[in-house]
Order: sequence, then C-alpha cells, then structure tokens
Amino acid sequence: MEKRVGVYICHCGSNIAGYLDVEKLTEYAQSLDSVVVARHYAFMCSDPGQDMIKDDIRELDLNRVLVCSCSPTLHLRTFREACQAAGLNPHLCEMATIREICSWVHSHDEQAATEKAMALVAAGVRRVLYRDPLETRFAPVNPNTLVVGGGIAGIQTALEIADSEHKVFLVEKEPSIGGRMAQLGKTFPYLEPAMDILAPRMKQMVASEYVELMTYSEVTELSGYIGNFKAIINKKARNVDAAKCDSCGACWEKCPVEVDSEFDHGLSKRKAIYRPFPEAVPNIPVIDHEHCNHFLSGDCTICQEACPVKAIDYEQEDEEIEVEAGAVIVATGYDTLDPTPITQYGYGKFDNVITSPEFERMASASGPTGGNIVLKDSSTPKSVAIIHCVGSRDENYRQYCSRVCCMYSLKYARFLKETLDADVYQMYIDMRCFGKGHEEFYKEASDAGVNFVRGKVAQVTDITQEDEEKGKLIVVGEDTLLGTLIRIPVDMIILSVAMQPRAETDKISRVFLLGCSADGFFLERHPKLDPVGTMLDGVFAVGCCQGPKDISDTVAQATGAAARAIELISKGRVEMEAATASVDEEVCSACGFCEAICAYNAIEVDPKKRLAVVNEALCKGCGACTVNCPSKALQLKNFGPKQLMDVIDEATKEYAGLAS
Amino acid sequence: MAEGNNGFEPKIIGFLCNWCTASAADLAGTTRAQYPPNLHPVRVMCSGTVDPVYLIKSLLSGADAVMVGGCHPGDCHYVSGNYKARRRMAMLQNIFESLGLDANRIWTRWISASEGPEFAAAVREITEETRKQGPNPLSTDWAL
Repeated sequence: MEKRVGVYICHCGSNIAGYLDVEKLTEYAQSLDSVVVARHYAFMCSDPGQDMIKDDIRELDLNRVLVCSCSPTLHLRTFREACQAAGLNPHLCEMATIREICSWVHSHDEQAATEKAMALVAAGVRRVLYRDPLETRFAPVNPNTLVVGGGIAGIQTALEIADSEHKVFLVEKEPSIGGRMAQLGKTFPYLEPAMDILAPRMKQMVASEYVELMTYSEVTELSGYIGNFKAIINKKARNVDAAKCDSCGACWEKCPVEVDSEFDHGLSKRKAIYRPFPEAVPNIPVIDHEHCNHFLSGDCTICQEACPVKAIDYEQEDEEIEVEAGAVIVATGYDTLDPTPITQYGYGKFDNVITSPEFERMASASGPTGGNIVLKDSSTPKSVAIIHCVGSRDENYRQYCSRVCCMYSLKYARFLKETLDADVYQMYIDMRCFGKGHEEFYKEASDAGVNFVRGKVAQVTDITQEDEEKGKLIVVGEDTLLGTLIRIPVDMIILSVAMQPRAETDKISRVFLLGCSADGFFLERHPKLDPVGTMLDGVFAVGCCQGPKDISDTVAQATGAAARAIELISKGRVEMEAATASVDEEVCSACGFCEAICAYNAIEVDPKKRLAVVNEALCKGCGACTVNCPSKALQLKNFGPKQLMDVIDEATKEYAGLAS
Repeated sequence: MAEGNNGFEPKIIGFLCNWCTASAADLAGTTRAQYPPNLHPVRVMCSGTVDPVYLIKSLLSGADAVMVGGCHPGDCHYVSGNYKARRRMAMLQNIFESLGLDANRIWTRWISASEGPEFAAAVREITEETRKQGPNPLSTDWAL
C-alpha cells in the first residue's frame, strides 16, 4: 500500500516558532518522499490543531502522521488519540521533538536550529514510514499507593486515598510525622494554632486501617513503572519495641545525655532517647545512635533499666522492607535557608537576632518557652524588627520569592502587638499578600499600628550613635518611600528566611528520577496544566518539594495528587508498551541466545517447533534480544534495523545552508 | 588532523535511552540549557537495544562521532539493558582499536532523567572533542 504521510509542525506559540523558521521547515518537510501534506500551526495540541490532523486523515487518505512539536512524553498520547478518532491506528502516529532538544536549546542561532529541525523531521518521517499498526495492550494497576514524606502534604494525600478505601504506605524519615507544619505556632490568616488543626489529622493516620505508617524510614530504591512500582524501604532501628512501649517517658527522663533539639531548632534540649515533640505520631521514642552512650561506649543501660515494660532493645537492627504500589507521591518538603553567611544581619553574632523558624517555636504554645516571646536574658522584647526576604529575591542566594514570608511576618507582628504590645517594624521590599483573606490580614496589621518600612536592610549593628540606641540592636537601612537613611533601635530582630530545596534533593531525585528546575525544586510535568505530575508516569510531586507554597496551596496540591492516584486505581489498568519483540520464523534457528539475555523470561525456545517464542504478556519491549540474535530473526515491532539505517542516513545528510 | 579544522562542524548521532538520557535531554530543554546543535538525538527504548551495527553504520555514513546514552549502571528501566550496552560498547571500542580505527569517536554516557545539566555538558564535551579530532576519516576516505 502506498504510504501517505502528513507532517504537522507546531509553533508552540513562540516556543518553537520564535527560535526557528517554521515556514522553511514546512517547505522542507513537504519536499520529502511520501509526504503528502506538511502544515504548520500555532498549537497542534489544541482542538483546531487536532482537527486539522483528523480532517487530513479523512480527506487526503493519510496513513502515517508525524507531529513535530514537544517531547513525546507530553503529547504523544494526545495525537495518537486524535488519529484513532479519525480511524487511523494510533501506532501509525509518531512525533519528532523540535522543542526540548532543538528550539529551546539552540535559541540563539535560528539557522542552526532550523537545520537541526530539518534533520529531525526527515528522520521522523523515516521512522513513521516503517511503523505498522499494533494493538494496544494493558497491564493491571496495583491499588496501593506509596507516599513519601509525612508533612501536611503527605498526610493529606494519604488520608484522601485512605478515604477511598485503598491502601497507602506512608514513609517518613523522621521519628514522627507532622513535618514542618508541626513546628509552626499559629497559621495565617485565621490564626488557628497549627497543632490544633494538624494533630487530629496525624491521629487519623494511625486510626485508619488503610494507612501503613513507616516512620524513621527512607525509600532507597524504586523500580518498575506506572501501575506497578516496587520500592525498597530502609526502616531504621528505633531500638524501642513499638508493641510494648506505652510512651510513659521513664526512659528519656532518666537518660543522662542532653543534645540540642532539632525540632525546637536548638532552643531546647532533648535526650539521646527521645520523641521529637509531645504530640509525636507514633508516640514512641527512638535512640539516637550518634549520641547514646550505649552505642558510643557500650556501658550505659540506664534507659533499659528504667523502662517498666522492657521495651528497650539495643539489638534491634535496620530492616529492609519491599512494598509494591501503583502510584508514588513524593512530598519531601523544604529546608529553610541558614542566614549565617549573610553576615550583615548578624545571625550567630548577636543573641537576639533569630530566624523565623525559631520564632515559630517560641510562639508555639507547646514550644520551649510555652508560647512566650523572650530575649536571650529571658526578658520580654519591647520592640522588634522583622526583616523580610532574607535570602529570597536575592541574586546572591535565592532568586525566587518564598511566597509565605510576608504573611507570616504579618502574623508575627500581630502576635507581638496582641501579646506584648511591642513596637513592630516590618522591613520589607514589597508586600505580597495575594491569597484569600491575606490582603485583609495585612490591613488589620496596618490598622493595629505596625510600622512598615520599605527598603532592603543594609546592616544590623550594636554600634550605637545615640543614647537611646544603647543596649539595643540597630537596623540600618534606607526608607525608599521617604528617601532617607534610617536607624531603628530594637530589642529583637527576626529574619524571615527563604524556603529552599531539601539538602538531600539530589539523593531523592535520583531515587524517584525527578528533574529539578533552575531553582532546585522538583520539576512538575507542566507548570499550569499538570502541576503535580512529573516526567515519570505514576510519580507525583506535591507541596514544597516542588516549590515554596503555603499550607492551603500544599493541601490543594496534595488533594489533587490523591485524585490522580485514585484515578489510576479506579481505572484499574495502564497502557503497556505495544511494541514487543517478534520472531521471524523463517530466519530463527532456535539457538537460544535470546532466551538467555531476556531479563523478563519472556522468550523461550519451543523444542518441537525449533523456534523462539515471545510471550507478549511478559515482554516489556526493551529490545535487548534483538541485538543478541545472531541471525537477526528477532526484531522490536516498529523499531527495526532498516528503519534505524534510514534514520541514520537522514541524520548524516548535509543540512548546512538549507535554512540560510 | 587537529590543526586546520577551522570551521569544521562535526556531525554526531546520539542514541538515547527513552527513560533516562532522552528524558534528561528533555529536561535540559525545559530549563533552557544551551548547547551546540551538532548532536542529532535518536530516541531508543533502551541503551541495550542499540546494535553496534548502528554505530558502525553511523560512522561510515558520515557521522564524526556517536554517543550511546543510558541510565546509570544498576538503574536500568529494563533491569540490565545498560549493562548489556556497556559490554557491547567496550567490545566495539576494542574492535575499533585493533583495527586501527578511532575508538575515541564512540562515546558512552550514563545520564539519568534528573540530570539535564549533565546532558548539556556531555553534548558540549563530545562536540568540542570531536571538533579537535577533525572529520571522521571513515566517512571521507572510505566513501562507503
């Protein structure tokens, strides 16, 4: 049958057309063998774009379609469905990427980009010419979901999925779930204490029969594919038998070792056997091997002796657990920037310069100061300056806006006004209060008499110029609205530090094959239309691991990701690779080389027929056997040597000058 | 050959595994990394499906260098395809060396889906090295 190819070149707005000459490219495509029609259009993935393909299939009798646009991971499915709707087997549609690997990466050289695109289009036409119609195959979906990270994002996702009566594994690396939200005082803009709204959800996690909680654990390996992932989880030894422990506290009361509490950012001490905070879930202590005398020198057994239920087990070892899941949701959260390197703000040098996470702990009713804001000498501050954008919106540190600092800074101001009637100065660059109820909250703070000073602070110093500055910290800067230099003496300074990607981001991205954007946060599949999807089907990223956001936005994303997982489970099947290996029975000599190399045991030699037989249900279409076959009897469907040879011919042709 | 290559723009063909290196190439694009246009990427399902014949054919047809890109060893989407690729590439390089051909025109790179910048750097490096090596004599002298 005569092969009739339609080539469709997408502008992607200006993402492609802005960097290469789509008209020349279309003209070139039109000149290629077997190409019946070549067209270019603003957005091929839009309805009119798809209709263009459908109409051409019907009217011009096309039997092959090549769409030249973005990566096939984004829209191959869209275009295959369009072809199917017009009666063409979806496997006869192919894509040539001219955006990710061409226009976007050669955006300063239109001629080179156009010529490379010509080669990609010519090779794409060759690829699609050799394609045969295939039948779409499906694999079942494992109904379990793996959620990584037990902050509010992970908790919300897990509870939503558990509500649909499907199993969730939640893996948290810390001894307790709760994440960053558990460390907060009150939440903006309605000033509910964070723990009041979080604790019931944390308890639900234990109560739900559908949630399997794995705290003090980390995912070390992920394999498989959408619908059928396998994860290896390293469950660290707590050295406390969870079945026996009743959290009486005898162990940590007796433990002689004191260490700075990570949960309280060093504002309080914890023991070597500890639970991170009183509301911890599970409420079972862990032994910190780095500081415990038993593990350091081997001679201390005080906690074991103190435990009335004999729950302390020094012999407990790390466990490796394997779980299977259909979808994976990554909710690993964020770190806050350490402001020590920003020396002009004096963090670490002056006692009463503190960071926003430290203030949150002080403001928390169950925190180290019982909700009282105190200076280092335990007195109450009468004046406080809050410096915004510490490390955020700063080319030397983090270029992006952390999105929550304006609002929590206002929250601190109101808290300080209401509880201490302190003088509060907001040292801001721009006030960004864009959420629901946020602008109103800003107005309330302003009405309450909080001082707003616009301008980036130059320095925090204790060098006084006047008597009233004595014993105080002085904020030095410029008020850009008044156009004057200012010196504001205060008792306490709070640095609203930037949110930044987790220190372990590299490790996490390797395990879950996540990409990172330039700011270092995990990259979503599409910034607008698929904000929780990632480049790997079936893996989703939610909350602050994907970018700074507040609790409401995090919960919205988490709910969205849960819906995506439930969507997968309720569908019950995922499309599988249709292009399996096939055997040319005329050529096969039953040597069995293929049998030995297949990683899935999908090929067997039938001794009676003297032929290799592919089990299509097991074959994943990797093509390893095709290379091993000495007589080239094995081929991957729609990916054969002839096709590749033609592609190589097109790729090595001379394109230089074609777009000049 | 290294001298007198002024204006020589090498042609490079990269066979990129769908799951790792081709995704890294997509990511490099998404982050707008810039690299030379000399490499023509060919998306394949797995580095283990790249027949050495394709590389030989590329070099005979006019490619000045070839690259195979796969997942990190131990990380293959298809269990062990990249180990197979690694062995085949080593073998092919050995054969090239014993025949007195340029084995250093055959590149193997393990670049995971999250390593967009590494992909861009690999293309820059291979292009730069090939520019120094000059045109591939297999395609010009043998004219097959």
